[in-house]
Parts: sequence; structure tokens; C-alpha cells
Amino acid sequence: MRQFFSDIRKYHNYEIRAAKSQLKAEVAGSYLNWIWWILTPLFEMVIYYIVFGYIFKSKEPNFIAFIFVGLTLWGFFNKTARHSVNLIKKNRPIIAKVYVPKHVLLITDMMISGFKMMISIVLLFIMLFIVRVEFTWYALAAIPIMLVLLLFTFGVSINLMHYGVIVEDLSNMTDLFLRLWFFLSGIFYSLETRLGESHPEIAAFLTNWNPMAMLLHDMRNVLLYGEGPNWFGLLIWGVVSVILAVVGIKTIYKYENEYVKLI
Amino acid sequence: MKEENLLQDKNPNAIEVRNLTITYKGLKAYSIKKSLFKLKKTEMQEYTAVNDVSFDVKKGEILGILGKNGCGKSTMLRAIGGVFKPNSGTIDLKGNTVSLLAIGVGFQKQVTGRENILLSGMLLGFSEEEIRAKMHDIIAFSELGAFIDKPVKTYSSGMHSKLAFSIAVNLETDILLIDEVLAVGDQRFKQKSQRKMKEIISQKDRTVVIVSHNIKSLRNLCDRVMWMHDGEIVKIGAPSEVCPEYRQFMRKRRQAITDELMEELHQEMKEREARLQAAKAQQS
Repeated sequence: MRQFFSDIRKYHNYEIRAAKSQLKAEVAGSYLNWIWWILTPLFEMVIYYIVFGYIFKSKEPNFIAFIFVGLTLWGFFNKTARHSVNLIKKNRPIIAKVYVPKHVLLITDMMISGFKMMISIVLLFIMLFIVRVEFTWYALAAIPIMLVLLLFTFGVSINLMHYGVIVEDLSNMTDLFLRLWFFLSGIFYSLETRLGESHPEIAAFLTNWNPMAMLLHDMRNVLLYGEGPNWFGLLIWGVVSVILAVVGIKTIYKYENEYVKLI
Repeated sequence: MKEENLLQDKNPNAIEVRNLTITYKGLKAYSIKKSLFKLKKTEMQEYTAVNDVSFDVKKGEILGILGKNGCGKSTMLRAIGGVFKPNSGTIDLKGNTVSLLAIGVGFQKQVTGRENILLSGMLLGFSEEEIRAKMHDIIAFSELGAFIDKPVKTYSSGMHSKLAFSIAVNLETDILLIDEVLAVGDQRFKQKSQRKMKEIISQKDRTVVIVSHNIKSLRNLCDRVMWMHDGEIVKIGAPSEVCPEYRQFMRKRRQAITDELMEELHQEMKEREARLQAAKAQQS
């Protein structure tokens, strides 16, 4: 672990530089350039709003903001987890040439997805002002919620990154599993009202034991509805995430010299 | 010549390799389907690429490594470069920075050449300012022109190698590891690279390790040559001593292989003749 922290300091500049240049490269060839970073989440939200707001007639209060919170947080987790499975394979030309601690690759990727999430969050706040949501002091709890999201994403992804090298078909499995997870996390519907009426125990189970559902639920509570988060749940999942992260970091340090031989 | 040798003996070691062993084993990529249908646990294959090797390289020395394919020379170079961690034994670089130069150096494909110079440099341990100071030299040497601001994925393989070579020779890492890349690009660039190589080699404090099949170029460039076979050092010493011996060994091997082939041919001829005789006997 000590090595992890010294490597974090050592490679910090590289991570920022690499994230910046990859972001730049993503939009370099396009006409609208960086405007895409704003347009993409907006359009995504519009699509979900039309499909679920009009066609399925969802009645969650503040539905447009409700969906935006869901898409933003889930999008970050989903993207990072899916990338992480192939991250080492994708960076083969680099790791075969020079020594890089493998978590540097993951953190760079998280910075890229995180930057896009920040844009979405800024958009979210603008939207909240427009629809005149009243902020309460609970809104500050968004910070620990984000922190748990980051930790959880890192903890899951660093393990996926390791097993992605060893298990050839992990990326197919992850895709399917993430899709199931997406539907069980209440991105575009409220678990409480939709499932809660007919199956209250399932709804309660999911909000407590599905960390993504819990984080979304908490985030909406503190930002949209002026309620407090589930502090105990946050603490539990925060601890679980740290354990996942420590296990993952130890694993990737242990096997770091084997990856090049495998891919 | 003797004076020079004496001088180098006084120089401190730049690389110290002790009892280095590298095996390929342990993790083996598997797929769910494969492991479902093959319930028996797949055997761990262990293959020793480098076996208990120890040697020193002095600061400013040029060491060549000779050996046939699969003798472990590239694996060892990668271990010195820090890409493979040794299974046992140690590699002490005495705090020197090191760069590994091989065909198809590691670039981020979507990112422009210019930014790749920065990224590669930072991974080699240089600060952004140090790289920016060298940026002009690197771009000029690479002869990429306007392509330097295009993504690396648009480069031809020749341009790719040129950029890689320019980065490695212009960013002055203390130790340069070269994997059979003495010839890069077209004829003119090749000559330029050779000149640059000679220039680097004339710098007294830059240590170079070259892996190659080309006995002639190693003999010209190196202070010492190491001959590896099946993961072990056969001989290490002056090029004038090791190179002819290696050449003889290779000739013998080739002779042995040819002999074996000839033997097989003879056998086959005999069999054919026998079959023909049998057929003739049947006919009559």
C-alpha cells in the first residue's frame, strides 16, 4: 500500500496530462468540438425524458432532474467499469515498453469519465435553478455521496481490470451484468413508488443492498427533495469500497509483471 | 585500447544484475467455455526464459547481447527496462533512468505525435519542462513535419519507428536499451540513425545495452559482448573474442541441422526405392 501512495504522487502529473490529451483527441476531428461534451448528456436526457416521461407517463416529481441525476451517476460508473475490463489489453503497446503501475491507467480513465460527469453535474445544477428546486443544507451531503461513488467505482473497476486480463470472456459478461444492474438501480423510475407498492421488500432490498440504487436514491433525496441521505448505508458501502480497492490494488501489484506475458 | 579498458574499470556500475531468473507461468488466460468443457485443471506451464544470470554493466559501457531466437535476451532487456519484474534475483540500476527502444514503441494511438512525446517522456521520468526543452530536437530529428500534430494512428510504421527512435535518443536517459532496431526507416534515415547511435556511444556517461542478431554491427559498436543460450550466459567478454566463437557455434548448429535434414532425406529416398522395388516385384 505504501508503494501505491508513492506511485500516486509520482504519476499524478502523467495522469492529468494523459487524461487531457485523450479528451482533446476525442473531439479533435469533430466540427462541434468540445460542445459535444455538453450536447451528449443533454440529448441523452431528452431521449429518456421523451421515452419515459411521455410514452410511459412517469410521474416521479421533477422527472427531468430525477432522470438526469440517474444518468449522470450511472454513466460514470458504467463507463469506468466497462472500460476497465479491457484497459490493460488496450494499453499493451505502452505497458510492454515502460513500467507503469497499472492503477495509473485506471485513474487516467476515471479522470476522463469524471471530467464528463463534472460537466453533467454543472448542467444539473443549472437545471435545478431553472426548475426552482429549493436547496436545503442536505445538498452538501452530495459531497460524501460522490466520494462513495468514486471509491466504489474504483474498487469495482480495479478488480475487473485484473480479471479482464485473465478471463477472456469477462467483457461480454460484464456488459450483460451491467445492463441488468442498470435496470435494477432505478435510473428512470423510482424503486420506492414503482416496486414499493407491489413488492415493498424487493424495493427495500434493492435500495439498501444495491449500492448504485442507494447512491442514486440518496443523491435525489439531498438535491431534489430536501431530505437527508442514508448515512449508515453510505458508511457501509464506503467501507466495502475501500476493502475492494485495497484487495484490487494488492492484486494488481502482485501480478503486474505477468500481464505483459499474457496479452 | 588497454588504457580505455582501465578507465572503464574505474567507472562505477550502472547496471548490476544478480541471479536473475524470469519464468513465464502462473496466470494463464482462460475462457469460461474452455474451462467448462475441460473440467480437468489446466496444467501450469512453466518456462524459464532467463535462468540465474548475473552480470554488471559499467557506466558509459556499450554491451551487446547475442543469441538465437528465444534465448531470453529480449526478456532480459525488458526486465532491465522494468516491464517484467524478475521472479527471483535483483536488477539494480543505481538510480539511473532507463528507456527501452524497440520496434513499435508504446504510443497512445488516438493522441497526436507531439503529445505522445510528452506522455512517453513523462513515463520515462522526465518533467514536462525537460521534455518541452527537447521537443524541437525530437521533432526535427524525426522528420515527421506536419504529421507531428496528427494522431499517431495515421502514421505509417516507418513514421512510427522514426518518432520512437527520436524520443529515445534525444531524451537522454542514462541507460538506453535497444532491441534490434539498428535499422529504422529508409536508407537515409538509417544512416542518420547510425550516426546518432555512434554519437550517443561516444558520450562517455551514457550506458547502452543492444540486443541483436547482427554479429557485425555488434562487433563494431560494443565494448563487450554477452552470448546467451537457453536463458544462460555462455560467454561474456571482448567482441573480438566472443563474436568469432558465437559465429562458429552458429555454423556448427547450422551444420548439425543440415546433417539431420540430409539424413532424413536419405532415409526417405531409401524407403521410396524399397516401395518401388516391391511394386516392381508385384508386377512381374
